[in-house]
Amino acid sequence: MATNEIKVALLGNPNTGKTSVFNALTGLNQKVGNYPGITVEKKIGFCKLSNGITAKILDLPGTYSLNTTSLDESIAVEILLNKKGEYFPDVAIVVAEVENLKRNLLLFSQIKDLGIPTVLVINMADRMQKNGISLDVESLSKELGTKVILSSVRNNSGISEIKQSIEDIDAISTDSFLDITEVSPEYFERLKKLFPQEDPYKLWLVTTQDVNFTEIDKNQQAQVNDITTTVDLRRYQHKETVLRYKKINASLKKAYLKDPTKATSLKAKIDSVLTHKVWGYLIFFAILFLIFQVIYDWSNYPMDLIDGFFASASNWVSKTLPSGMFTNLIAEGILAGIGGIVIFIPQIAFLFLFISILEESGYMSRVVFLMDKLMRPFGLSGKSVVPLMSGTACAIPAIMASRTIENWKERLITILVIPFTTCSARLPVYLIIISIVIPEGSFMFISYQAFTLMALYILGFGVSILSAWILHKILKIKTKSFFVMEMPGYKMPQAKNVGITVLEKTKSFVFGAGKIILAISVILWFLGSYGLSEDFKNAEKNVDEKIASDGFSDFNKTFISSNIQNYELSLRDSVSAKIYHINNQDIQDSLAIKRNDLIAVAKEDELAGYKLEHSFMGQMGKAFEPLVKPLGYDWKIGIAVLASFAAREVFVGTLATIYSVGSGGEEEETIKERLAAEVHPSTQKPVFNFASGISILLFYAFAMQCMSTLAIVKRETNTWKWPMLQLAIMTGFAYLVALIAYQFLK
Amino acid sequence: MVTTAANLQKGQKGIITEFPNEGFPLKLMEMGCLPGNTVELIQVAPFNDPIYINVGDSHIAIRRSLAETIVLELIED
Repeated sequence: MATNEIKVALLGNPNTGKTSVFNALTGLNQKVGNYPGITVEKKIGFCKLSNGITAKILDLPGTYSLNTTSLDESIAVEILLNKKGEYFPDVAIVVAEVENLKRNLLLFSQIKDLGIPTVLVINMADRMQKNGISLDVESLSKELGTKVILSSVRNNSGISEIKQSIEDIDAISTDSFLDITEVSPEYFERLKKLFPQEDPYKLWLVTTQDVNFTEIDKNQQAQVNDITTTVDLRRYQHKETVLRYKKINASLKKAYLKDPTKATSLKAKIDSVLTHKVWGYLIFFAILFLIFQVIYDWSNYPMDLIDGFFASASNWVSKTLPSGMFTNLIAEGILAGIGGIVIFIPQIAFLFLFISILEESGYMSRVVFLMDKLMRPFGLSGKSVVPLMSGTACAIPAIMASRTIENWKERLITILVIPFTTCSARLPVYLIIISIVIPEGSFMFISYQAFTLMALYILGFGVSILSAWILHKILKIKTKSFFVMEMPGYKMPQAKNVGITVLEKTKSFVFGAGKIILAISVILWFLGSYGLSEDFKNAEKNVDEKIASDGFSDFNKTFISSNIQNYELSLRDSVSAKIYHINNQDIQDSLAIKRNDLIAVAKEDELAGYKLEHSFMGQMGKAFEPLVKPLGYDWKIGIAVLASFAAREVFVGTLATIYSVGSGGEEEETIKERLAAEVHPSTQKPVFNFASGISILLFYAFAMQCMSTLAIVKRETNTWKWPMLQLAIMTGFAYLVALIAYQFLK
Repeated sequence: MVTTAANLQKGQKGIITEFPNEGFPLKLMEMGCLPGNTVELIQVAPFNDPIYINVGDSHIAIRRSLAETIVLELIED
C-alpha cells in the first residue's frame, strides 16, 4: 500500500482558500463522509501524481492552531498525534494566505514541530500586488526550513508545484521550528523524567489538549497533571505563543515586505456599508428575501418538468408492462417515490447555491457581526446565526455546523432550537398546501403565496429564537464564554467551489434522505394497495352494488355532468364553426360514448377509493383519525402526518401515493390538482380548505418529524434526553397550535 | 495615554501593553493579539457591540467585554 499511495493532510486557517486548493488538486474525485462515531465532516480526495503514485488527500477542518477550542479542531490534532491512526499523514500541506501570512505561520510552526514533513503553500498570490506585498520565496524557504510554494488557485498557478512537492517529500526536512522546552526548561525537564521516550512537543500537546491520544494512557496523563497547575499551564501556553510569533517575525523580516500605504481601503468601504446600522440590516433582509423569492419562483420551472416527466414515465410503465403487482410496484410505488425525491433537487440546489456564495464571499461573517448583539438576549451569539440559517436547508448539517460554537450552553441551545427553523423538507409540504389554500395574485409585486412562505420562515425563526430565550433562562449550565471571529477579506466566489458544495449537498439529500423517502413510498404503496378484510376482497362487487342502488357520489355526479356539458358545448361550437360536418344524431351518439367513458372513470375512482378505504393503510388511518380530526384532517392526511414522523418530505409523497391509488382516471392529474379536488364525503366541502391548510402548515412548522435529526442530536449531545425532549415538546406544541388555529378559522 | 481596546474610537490605534485578566483567551493571542502589537478599531456593530478590530494583521470581531481586558497605550496622531 505504502508504495503506491501517499497520505497527505491538508491544513490551514479558515478563509485561506484551503478548500479551493483541495478542489483544484482533486477535482470531483472526492469522498465526503463523517469520522466514525462523530459528526465532523471528513473529506478525502484523490490525485494522481506524475510518478504513478496516488495522493490520498485528507482535508482537515480549518483551524487557527493546534490548541483546540472546538471539536472540529481537535480532529486535526488527534489525527496528527496518532501515528498508528488510519489517517496519519506522510506529509502535511499547510495552506496560508498571503495577506495574513504571519498568523498563518503559527499553525505551520506547530505542525512542523510534530516532526511531520510540512509543505507551506502561500495561497491568493494574485492579491499581493494590490496589497503592496513582496515576498522572497527562496529566502523564506530557507528561514522556515521547508518547501514554500506560491499559489493562486484562481489563476490556476502553483497547483502542479504542490503535486511535485508531494512526490519529493523525502527532500523535506523534519526539523522542528521552535524548541518547546524554551517555554519552561524546568517544567519540560520534569516531563522528560516521566516520559523519557516521548517527544516533548507531543507530550506538551497531550497535556494541554483534551484529545484521545492513544499512545499515553490516562494513568500516565494523571501523573503529568500532578507536576504543574492549570494556571501555570496557561501561562506556558501564552509564552509559547509569544515565542512562536517572535521566531515567525524574525523569519519574515527579510522575506516578507508589506507597503502599508498600498493596503486597499476597498474592504473598509464595503464593510462600512454592509455592517451599517441601517444599510447592513436592509441589505441582509433584502438578500434573505431574494433567496426565498428565487427558491419559490425559479425552481418552479425545473420542478414542473420533473413532475411531468415522472407522471408520464409512470403512465408509460403501467401501459407498456403486463398488468400485475410488479408493474404497479414500479409505476405507483418506485417511480412515484423517486419522483418525490427528485422534485426537491432544484430548491435544495438553489438554497445551497446562495449559502455557499454568501460564505465564499466573506459576507456570512458580517452577518454574524451584525446579529451578535441581537442574539445575545436569547442566550445565543452571532455564531448561532449561521447554524440557524443553515437550518433553513436541513437541520442535520446545521446541527453539525453548531460545532464551531465553543460555548457548550450556547451550542446546546442552538442544537435544540434549530429544528424549529424551516428546513427544506418542510418546503414541499408548504409549497403544495400554499398553492392550494392561498389565493394567487399579488400586492405590489409580492405574491400572496410567496409572502405566506416568507411568513412561515419568519415564524419558524421567531419560535426558535423564543425557545432559545426560554432555554437560556431554564438551563443551568455554567460556561466561560468568549467570542472571537475573523472578518475575512471579500472575495469573488469561485464557481468550482460553489458548484462542488451544491453538488455535495444535493447528493447527500438524494442518497441520505432519499433512501428513507423511497422506502417509505414503497411501503405506503403496498399498504394502500392491499388488504385482508372481506370488504377489500369483495371491493368490486360492493362498489357495483352501491352504484346500482345509490348512484354515484355527488362529486362524481358533478364531475360527469359538467364534463358532458363542456363536451357538448365544444362539439356544437365546432359544428357551427363548420369544423365538423355532422348531424344531430351523430352528436347524440358521440355524447353517449363520452358519457359511458366518464361513468367508467367515475366507477374506477370509486372502486379505488373504496379499496384504499379498506386496505391496510385505510384501516390504520381510520384508527388514527379521532386524534387528528380536531385539527381539521381526515384519515388520509392523518396517514400522511403519521408517515412523516420519519421525514417531513414524506408527506407529499404519501398523499401522492394515496391519491394516485384513489384517482385511476384517464387524465394525468398532478398531485396538486388532485388534492384541491378532494372533498369530504359527508359535506362535499374541500378537504384542503383555508382552515385545515393553515392547520397543516402550522403543524409542520413546529412538529419534530425527522428521525435523522433526532439521531444527530443524540450523537451531538451524547444522550437520548435532549432528542426525546425535543420530540415530545415540539410535537405537543405543534398539535396545540394547529388545534387552536383550525378551531378558530373553521 | 493608557486605555483599553473597548474605549477606542473608529480609526484610533493603540499598542497592546498587557492583559491583566489571567484567563485571557489563548485563541485571541494566537490570532495576533499580543503585547507590542497595534490595535486599530475599524468598525462598531449596530447597538455598539461587538467591535471589529485590526490587530497584528488579523481582522477580527470581539465583544466589548473582552475588549475591556486588552490594555493599550494610545497612539496619538
